Order: sequence, then C-alpha cells, then structure tokens
Amino acid sequence: MLVSTKWLKEYVNTQDLPPAELGEKITRAGIEVDAVIDRSEGLANLVVGYVTDCVKHPEADKLSICQVDVGGGEIDQIICGAPNIAQGQSVIVARPGAKLPGGMKIKKAKLRGEVSNGMICSLQELGIETKLVPKSYAEGIYVLPEKAEPGTDVLSYLDLDDTVLELGLTPNRADAMSMLGVAYEVGAILGEEVSLPEIEYTEAADSAESMLSLEVDAPEANPLYVAKVVRNVKVKESPLWLQQRLMAAGVRPHNNVVDVTNYILMEYGQPLHAFDYDSLGSGNITVRQAKEGEKITTLDDTERTLSAHQLVITNGTDPVALAGVMGGANSEVSDETTTVVIESAYFASDSIRRTSKDHNLRSDASSRYEKGVDPNRVIPAAERAAQLLAELADGEVLAGSLVFDQLDKQERIVKVSPDFINSRLGMKIRLEDMLDILSRLKFNTEAVNNQLIIEVPTRRQDIQIEEDVVEEIARLYGYDEIPATLPRTDATPGGLSPYQAKRRIARHFLEGAGLLQATTYSLTSEVAATQFALEPTETTRLLMPMSEERSILRQSLLPHLLESLSYNTARRIDSAALYETGSVFLKGQDELLDEQEHLAIVMTGLWIDHSWQGEKTAVDFFVAKGIVEGLAEKLGLELSFERGEMDGLHPGRTAFILLDGKRIGVIGALHPSEQKQRDLKETIVVELNLATLLTRETEALVYTQVSRYPTISRDVALVLSNIVEAQTIEGVIRKAGGKLLKDVRVFDLYEGDRMEQGKKSLAFSLRYFDPEKTLTDDEVNAAHEKIIQALTESGAELR
Amino acid sequence: MEARLQELKNEALAKIQAAQTVKELTDVRVAYLGKKGPITDVLKGMGKLPAEERPKMGALVNVVRAEVTESLDARMVLLEEQAINEKLQSETIDISLPGRPAKTGNPHPLTRVVEEIEDLFLSMGYEIAEGPEVEKDYYNFEALNLPKGHPARDMQDSFYITEDILLRTHTSPVQARTMEAKGGEPIKIICPGKVYRRDNDDATHSHQFTQIEGLVVGEDIRMSDLKGTLSIFAKKMFGEDREIRLRPSFFPFTEPSVEMDISCFKCGGSGCNVCKKTGWIEILGAGMVHPNVLEMAGYDSKRLTGFAFGMGPERIAMLKYGIEDIRHFYTNDVRFLTQFQRTEL
Repeated sequence: MLVSTKWLKEYVNTQDLPPAELGEKITRAGIEVDAVIDRSEGLANLVVGYVTDCVKHPEADKLSICQVDVGGGEIDQIICGAPNIAQGQSVIVARPGAKLPGGMKIKKAKLRGEVSNGMICSLQELGIETKLVPKSYAEGIYVLPEKAEPGTDVLSYLDLDDTVLELGLTPNRADAMSMLGVAYEVGAILGEEVSLPEIEYTEAADSAESMLSLEVDAPEANPLYVAKVVRNVKVKESPLWLQQRLMAAGVRPHNNVVDVTNYILMEYGQPLHAFDYDSLGSGNITVRQAKEGEKITTLDDTERTLSAHQLVITNGTDPVALAGVMGGANSEVSDETTTVVIESAYFASDSIRRTSKDHNLRSDASSRYEKGVDPNRVIPAAERAAQLLAELADGEVLAGSLVFDQLDKQERIVKVSPDFINSRLGMKIRLEDMLDILSRLKFNTEAVNNQLIIEVPTRRQDIQIEEDVVEEIARLYGYDEIPATLPRTDATPGGLSPYQAKRRIARHFLEGAGLLQATTYSLTSEVAATQFALEPTETTRLLMPMSEERSILRQSLLPHLLESLSYNTARRIDSAALYETGSVFLKGQDELLDEQEHLAIVMTGLWIDHSWQGEKTAVDFFVAKGIVEGLAEKLGLELSFERGEMDGLHPGRTAFILLDGKRIGVIGALHPSEQKQRDLKETIVVELNLATLLTRETEALVYTQVSRYPTISRDVALVLSNIVEAQTIEGVIRKAGGKLLKDVRVFDLYEGDRMEQGKKSLAFSLRYFDPEKTLTDDEVNAAHEKIIQALTESGAELR
Repeated sequence: MEARLQELKNEALAKIQAAQTVKELTDVRVAYLGKKGPITDVLKGMGKLPAEERPKMGALVNVVRAEVTESLDARMVLLEEQAINEKLQSETIDISLPGRPAKTGNPHPLTRVVEEIEDLFLSMGYEIAEGPEVEKDYYNFEALNLPKGHPARDMQDSFYITEDILLRTHTSPVQARTMEAKGGEPIKIICPGKVYRRDNDDATHSHQFTQIEGLVVGEDIRMSDLKGTLSIFAKKMFGEDREIRLRPSFFPFTEPSVEMDISCFKCGGSGCNVCKKTGWIEILGAGMVHPNVLEMAGYDSKRLTGFAFGMGPERIAMLKYGIEDIRHFYTNDVRFLTQFQRTEL
C-alpha cells in the first residue's frame, strides 16, 4: 500500500511531522513502513510552459522547434523530440539549470544547428514509472490537462512535493488497504480525529429503477450489492489532482470514469466497477454462480472458461464481469460511453480467493475482497462514486440505488478485563490509559464491573478475541514499556536426547577425521531421486514443482553431494572430502513418507597433499572405510562389510555395510563412466542409514584391568590365490587361534611381478596374550602352530 | 719393575690425553686396564718377587691403576660431552619449515549457528524437538490457526505432495506435535530443521532453508517473559551490549505478535550498511501462543499460556559473517565451507 502523505492530510492531521518520523511512528505501532519515497527527489527548477508555436525542424524529421512561454514574459526556443508535441499545450519545462532524477542537469544546447533552452519533459523523465503514466502520454511528453499559468513551479502544481510511505501490510491489517484506514491508524497513534469525505450531489428526477433491475441469485457469496446509474457522462481525461493521486498510489490513470472507481478503491478500500450501460444491453444485472464451461473475456483481453463455484455478474443471460476480480471486455467503459452503472458490492472472501486462484488473476479488487472489506463502506462508496462522477464527468445521477442487502453489518462486541490484559503482558497499565487507547482507536468502550465491553468497528475485522485487544493496547501503549522478565516455571533439566547427542558425536568424529560438512537440497530430478538409493521405493513428486530439477524427493544424499564435488572441480578445486546428514524420503505404509536420516560421505582427489616431507596420497576405498570403521568404534558398534554391486559404482570396489547382518549402507568407488560423466577423478562414496546407527543401543562401558603381563607377537606371511579375501583368512586365524590370540592385523600385501600369476602375498601380525601370566615360548608356539596348520589346510602356503 | 710401572703409567696418561673420541679412549682403557693389558701383566709377574716386596708392589700397582682410571674417567666425561654436542649440532633442523598438517574438517556454517542457539537454550533447560519434513496440512497449518482458505496461507506458498501432505513451510508443526504429545503439560523446547517454500532461488531467496523455533508453555507465561528470554538470546548471540526492540507484527499462530530487532552489532546503532542506516536489524518473529493453537492441542488456554519465537539461521549467518548470497549455503564450495573452521570465542 502506497500512502501519499499529502493526500493523507485530507483525512487526518499529521501534526506536520516529517514523513520519515511519521513513518517511524507507524512502524513502531505495528504497520511496517518499508520505504519513505520522496516524489520530488532529484527534481529542481521545473516550470509550467505554454507552447505558443511549434514547427518541424528543417534538419531533422523527428524534432520540433517550439517557442515556449516560460512565464515572466519570456519566450524560450526549445527543441522537442516527442511525437505528441503541439502548439497550445501546457507542458513541463526543464529550463537550463534544472535537475532531473539520476543526477541529470539541463544545459542550453544546440540541436542540429538550432538553439534549445532546456527540455520539455515526459513523466518518465520526472521519475514516474512507465506503467503508471497514462497510456496517451507513455510515448511522449506529458500534456497538462488544464491550461496553467506559465512559470508556475511544477513540483507543487503536479503535487510532486509529496512523500509516499510504502506500507508492508500483514494479512490481518486489511483495514489499512485504504487511505481512510491509514487515517484511522494514524489518528489512533497521534490522538487525532479522522474527517470523512463529505458526500453531496443532486439526483435527477428519474430513478435508477426506471433504467435498471437487479437480481442476486447467490446471496451467500454476494450478500450485498448496490448499483447506481449515472447518465450523460462525458468520458475524458481526469483532472490533474486525481491523476496525480492515482499515480502516487501506484495506479495508472485511464479516464475519469475508471479513475473515479480506482480513486474510491484507494480512498475507501471498497472495490467498485463501472459498466457501460448500453453495452449491457438488457437493463438488468443478475449476480449468480457461473455455469460450468461458460466463457468470459476479461478486461485484460483473456478468454476465461468458468466453473460453477465462481461468481459472475451477468446481464441476465451472459457474464459481464468475473465478480470481484475483473470486469468483462464486453461491458467496458469507453470514450463513447454515456451511461454508467456503478457497482459496489460485498463478495465473500473465500469465493473471490478461489476464483482469483483458479484464474491466476489478482487485481486490486480481488486482493481486498480476499481479505475482507468493511460491510459499512459498501453503500457510502457507491454514493461517493456518484458524487465524483457528477463532479468530474458532468454526470446526471439517477435517483436512488438498486440494492440487494442481506449482510450483517453489526459491530462485534469483545469483552475483556484489565487484569487479563495486564497478566498477559506482565505489565500494570492503568484503566484510564487503556480507555484512552481504545477511544483513540475509535472503539466504543464501556467499563463495567472490572470488564471492558468493546464495540469493534466493522473496519477492524481482525479484532475478534480478548488477545486481539491485548495487542491493540500493547502496541499503542508501546512495546518498549514491556519489562524483561523470565518465565517463572519450575526448573527443568532440558538437554539433548541420546539420539541427538550421538548425532553430534558422529558429526564431530567425521569433522575430526577431515571431512567438511555440506548441505544439499532435498528436492531433485526424477533421474537423481533413486540413484544410489539403498532401498529405492516409488518416488514422491510435488504437485506443482518450480522446475523438473527440483520436483522429486530424494532417496539418497549422494547425487547432490557428487554434484557439489563436480561444482568444486569445475572451479579447479580438485580435492574435496564432504559429508552430509539429512533425510531421505521413502514411500512408507503411512500417508506420510518414511523419512530416514542418512549420512553420506564423498571424497575425490588427494587425501594427503604432496609436501616437503613426503608423497601425496589420493583418496581410496580404504581411506573411506577407515573413517566408517572409526565412526562405528566411536558409536560402540560393530560393522561388517560384504562385497556387492550397485549401479554407478565400480563393481570390483563396492561393499555393503552391515550391522547385525542387516544392510545399512554402501561404500564404493564411483564407476569410471560415472566419474567421467561428472568430470571427477577417482571418487569414493559412502551412504549409511544414520538413524539405524544412532538408535541402536550401546553397551555400558566397563573398564578392563590393565594387565601386568606382556603380549607376544608372531608374524606369518602367506601366499594365496588373489581372489581370497583377507577377511576370510583372518577368520581362519581367529577360529584356530584359541583364547590366547588377542589381535590379528594385516601388515603387508604384495601382488607384484615377483609373485606367481594369480597369487598374492599377505602378511599378518598376530599378538598372543594371557591376562593371568607371562606366556612362555612353548605356549605361544603351540598356539601359533595350530593356526599355521589351519591356514595350510585352508590352502594358504607359508612364505 | 717399579720403573716399568712408572713407564706404563706415563704412557697411558699420554694416550689418554691424546684420545680424541670416545672410541679411542675406550681402546686405551682396554689396552692398559684390560685383563690382557700390561698392568695386569705386572701383577701377574709379582709371583716372582720376594714375599716381603709383594705388598709394597701391590700397593703401587693399585695406585697406578687408580691414577690411570681417574684420568681416563675425567677424559671420558669430556669426550662424551663433546660427542653429544657434535651429535646435537648435526641434528639441528630448519624449524621454519611447515608442520605436517593435521587433517581436519568443520561443521557447515548453518550447523554452527543452529548449535550455538541450541546450546544457549539447552543451558536454560530447554529440550530439542524434531519432526518430519514431509508434513500433514493439519500440523503445518490447521493446528496453527491457519484453516484452509486463511489469507495468511498466501504468505508461504507451499510445495504440496497431495492435497493433505506437503513439505513443511516452517518448523512450527513440531510445536503443534509436541503440544499434542505432551497432553496439557508445560513445555520448553527448541525446534531446528529444514523447511521449504515455493520461491525461486536467488541471492536472498531459497526454496529450502532452515528455521529454529522456540516454544514455552506453562502457567502464567507473560509477554514480558518473552521479552526477557529474547533479550538474553540477543546478548549471548550478538554481544553483551546488544539492545532489543519489539515491534508489533502478525502471525496467525500468535496473538499478540511481535518482530524483534537488535541494535546493530556493526555500528552499535548509529547507522551503517548492515542495518541499512536504521541502527536496528530485524532478527526474528515471536508472540504469545494464540489461544486457538493451545486449545487445538488440548490445552486449557485460560489456565496455561505460552510464547513462541522463530528465526532463520541463514539470515543470522549472513548477518553475522557478512555472507552476501544465500545460495552459498547449498553449493558447498570448499572455499566457502573451510572459512567456518575457527572459533570466535
């Protein structure tokens, strides 16, 4: 909502406050002033000029040489390039020394050999947006509607010596979508009275009923409809003051009839519509629900197909307007219009909201109906329109109105006690201060038995319950006056749940291990939605996505994390190791999705950079595996790994991760073709069901006494078929090792040229230990021998 | 014999002085004092002496031995020290060379902000509540006093999956769920999480972002309690000398509703580019829980009251660290992420 402070003063005394200060007061009282716009910013030395003579420039087709009376008896020659310049016009002249927005300074100049003493201006050159400039002047200079005294200062003549407050309205404050509404708000803040427009006009002898009949077949959606008929109107340009007020309010002037409806929309917040009576062709207005499939072409030249729940205004047969949203092209007021039907109506907000949404069509009218208009302004707005059409379009207002009225216009009563207000606020506001605030708001209030009985004006539809009154009192008393206290509740322990605490532990471990935490989007494309998913299900698609790229809920974190890697490598950051925790969304039993918290890791490029101390190391499967193992240890869990395959991963370098024999994750190298497609080098990925890891109960930590006895090591080097996995051999060793074997560790792998084809060498370090005594060589040898025997039996050769 | 001993002694003392290394000196020790050395030989030859000369000679041998040993030990101390010094000299390193980097990662800046807020409220006895990101319309809107067709639903154009299921547009449904689950009991929670709105991504909008909300419900919770709580939050988060200011606002789930500004942490209130010359920065929205919200969750709104507040960690991180584009949080540029490594404490 744009509020001209100059216009506002017509309804309320703003106590000569500078606009910025007024804006600050309005903001602090609850309606945020988003911007304070000085309409004269950058403008100086502009005067009204009168074109006494205008001839074509001999050297240039598009230029005219004008003689302009700029007041004080001076006639200046000005060259003008506008197509609509003509003799006998009153125009805006920027004389040498004048300033225009953007820091432009006007100087005397020569154009194709002719002297030009300044410039004749368009409205755009004065800083007015093109979309607000009347269509007839959009391509050229602005011609003042009435002849004005040459030399007059343009800023005051055009009301540009004005400051506009841009209000950011919350949906509850529909009352402030009008100048009168803002005037009431300012009046409440400053303690000033509001003066309403005085409505006076003479009526013709003929009655409106003699020309028009009205029928409303949808009283629920349209409980109040008023129509007035104005005859013999002269459709023309509006007077300057009206055009300027509309432009200040962000509305483009059209002609006096349309401008009057828009002016009252801005003044009262009540949408009006003007029909060309002759185009209606029936002398009848019928309001009804649309017929399914019925068509109407609206004022924006769009043909729209209607549905039965939409409300239309008809001429008894065909729709002539989409009620409360937009008029029909077939009954539009044109220059030839002589008789006008003015509609002022109350349409139910949900009906308008639905229609506006169906057609994706929002207008100044629909946005006000959606939020609810004041039932008590519908009739005065129609009267005001009649008055202005009589004044500005020389119209003859027919006597009376056509009225259908089933609307409840009663004020709401809200009862609240002063104690309630103070206890909610934690304050001690005196009764008389409360009564003062309510009277400034123009809420009629009676204080009876420690109870305030408040009659809420219908313009304030947002005041419904006691708490609403608490807010009104608080905001006008001043939020700064509220003391700062703390809740007087019992002390509570608070704290993280075990799940939340463990999630933090996991995160800290991963960061300590060298991974950066990343965050990616949950919405993805159809293709990426199930890629790398551990347990892919049917995908979940949005009803109205913004783009295909963000249309489906992800089932794996990896696709977007890999995109992040590609994003980095495309910027020459070749090494990156990221992790993310976040939800994946699977179809479940419930109507809600099965959301599971996952953990994913991606790494590419170097793990250890080349340095003066040693060689670089690239990321590999085992770097990632080490991190997963470390994480499991930190969480007190035992994971196992099982060779597996997954689309997009290297078939020889992929494993599933198991907890209690159940698959909970995957680890692997990205498939070379996938790497190529993503422009990545060797890349390792991990995805784990984090929720499973974190919900698993861990055992209590019990200390084991540190032994006095030493451990004894024995190494064993084996030659094996290279398809045998270390895990298998370790199993053989552990099984044969008995209770003295404490630890088994692979310490060497050799698969080079010196080995027989198809063979590899694996070396294990075994540690023996007895917590009760120092082991003798004989005891260790006996245990070790058993292991060697088992290994040999399993097909391994001793090296 | 005596002369021979003197000769040996002088010889040994000379060699001791001549020895330049520990090894040479050790050789001298072995040569003169060893089992096969000349002094031992003299002792062995004592058997040929008359019995009355033997004690005198024995004493003399001991004296010579002691003298040689003493000289040798002294020289040894000297040489060992010399050897250590040489070793240390040779082991000197260039301490200006860089250290071996410790591999380390760090949290995402949003996590950093969220955790800081969580920790502050945890210390004041709050719990952390979480809920689903794919939510029922009921919890996201209806239970929060936003019935179907409510004008405020336009404020947050949503991603629907079916008519009744959508991606949550705020973390408030967690409050609604918590209230429903607590069955009328007092509550003190913080709800962080991801939320989604139908916005085109640009420098200041993101279709996915994070929120963190707080809710306190109890007997006689007043608006002044909200102000006090937010004041503590502002000081802990943005500096002890921060002031707060409440402005009336509107949210369907609170009444009265406020927006909270803090005095600008960059200029202190005199006006700068961070606060857009106003001296104040808008940080969060809050209010007293609307009685309809309490009643819908089964609370007696006459007996129990509450306050709620909510804010956007993206906005806080952008203000705090001067980040210019919200998309940085989601592109995961390593050059961006690694900047949030160090502490500010």
